[in-house]
Amino acid sequence: MAYSTKVIEHYENPRNVGTLDKSDPNVGTGLVGAPACGDVMRLQIRVNEQGVIEDAKFKTFGCGSAIASSSLATEWIKGKTIDEAEGIKNSQIVDELNLPPVKIHCSVLAEDAIKSAIADYRKKRVDRATVSGANKE
Amino acid sequence: MKLPIFMDNHSTTPVDPRVLEEMLPYFTSKFGNAASRSHQFGWEAEEAVDHARERIAALIGAKDTKEIVLTSGATESDNLAIKGVAEYCREKGNHIVTTVTEHKAVLDTCKRLEKQGFEVTYLGVAKDGRVDPDDVKKAIGERTILVSVMLANNEIGAVQPIEEIGRITRERGVLLHSDAVQGVGKVPFDVQKMNIDLASLTAHKMYGPKGVGALYVRRSRPRVRLVAQMDGGGHERGMRSGTLAVPLVVGFGKAAEIMTREGAVESARLVGLRERLRERIMGQLDEVYVNGSMEHRLPGNLNLSFNFVEGEGLMMAIKDVAVSSGSACTSASLEPSYVLRALGVGDELAHSSIRFGLGRFNTQEEVDYVADLVVAKVSRLRELSPLWEMHKEGIDLKSVAWVAH
Repeated sequence: MAYSTKVIEHYENPRNVGTLDKSDPNVGTGLVGAPACGDVMRLQIRVNEQGVIEDAKFKTFGCGSAIASSSLATEWIKGKTIDEAEGIKNSQIVDELNLPPVKIHCSVLAEDAIKSAIADYRKKRVDRATVSGANKE
Repeated sequence: MKLPIFMDNHSTTPVDPRVLEEMLPYFTSKFGNAASRSHQFGWEAEEAVDHARERIAALIGAKDTKEIVLTSGATESDNLAIKGVAEYCREKGNHIVTTVTEHKAVLDTCKRLEKQGFEVTYLGVAKDGRVDPDDVKKAIGERTILVSVMLANNEIGAVQPIEEIGRITRERGVLLHSDAVQGVGKVPFDVQKMNIDLASLTAHKMYGPKGVGALYVRRSRPRVRLVAQMDGGGHERGMRSGTLAVPLVVGFGKAAEIMTREGAVESARLVGLRERLRERIMGQLDEVYVNGSMEHRLPGNLNLSFNFVEGEGLMMAIKDVAVSSGSACTSASLEPSYVLRALGVGDELAHSSIRFGLGRFNTQEEVDYVADLVVAKVSRLRELSPLWEMHKEGIDLKSVAWVAH
């Protein structure tokens, strides 16, 4: 089981490693996986007023393929709208990184991480809207 | 110092040049079949095989070369011992006692026998990986025909209390089999002192060639009988048919002879190297845990869990160093190591484990290089790890509601 060059590349030079401020109203945080499973991904997005993801950061506890999948995910979603980002499929990650069958679940987790971050961002907006709506009354 | 560095001597070992030299003539000029009784080629091969048997017997304290049955390796020896005895003793009893940390060659064989109506007790181990002889005593019953406990574990290096177990089995009149693959020559092992009736051995864990092993089968007090699993020309006193791989057997013999002579000194050197590796790593990193007993341990074995970093990721990071991991990601089944599970290590730390296996050809220079490399890569991977960040923030990871998939 040799590692694909693309996976190694993402490990050697990961894109967008880091942390965004969770309490920032424009930041959505997705945290998926579990230490007991050997895979945890945290993916964060900062979304502007136009609904475009202007920044994305990740941190991953997992194997090389998991690190590469989440690194790639942050690369792809930057500059997309959250609707477009939501459309990213794990199969695209598998193709890009040449993941073998036994590593496909890493790409699934990355897709989940994107969706989780978007869901968190949307929830925050709804909560804010509800609060400001209530304040108006 | 050459790259890549091999530190996975529990998976296999390089063939010692002295062993290779001894084997070569038996491929080209002395190529006879050891069972050919009627000409020089055969006699020559037979003599070489007998010489190898003597050397193997000497290594384990066997009295008689007739007690060494040559096989294709320890997996076959484990199968022969357990199935062979089970089939022979079927009338007498149907219960086998073993442990949860045995090699798959033992566990899978037991599983097959269970399907055929045998009962197997799988004893648990303590946190240090060792089985309690008292548990063995309690498990032995009227219908018990065999106890099988490995000498030393391949993953965590834990050395089992075989001598105490041997006292118990001898007292109760039950046969004792030990898979001695990892420990022979490296830790004390003597079939007389330890009351061992059957022992599985292999050449490729002691700097011999792959493809050859042996099963020690006691001939006196008691005389062990078993049903052959390979039928054919009746080789090995009817216990294992098949033409012997003479060059491999010769290599096995030479490897055993070297072990007998040099094993003790080598083990002392390896303990020193291992401790150097451990101290150098643990002195520069925190949240690192040793898996398995430090006191009763294979000299060259170091199994560490690096908290908050996943094992396969770390192995990829140190790709010029060959080691192995108990992480699920490295197994075809995506299950973490069953041995680490049995220790109660916890899935999280099992996923973070790396096994270093030092051997005859590892040097201090390599140990220092690997230790520093591991420290650097673990630190880097911790920078990428959300768990490390949460730990630093003082969050108790056990309190988090993970959304597992």
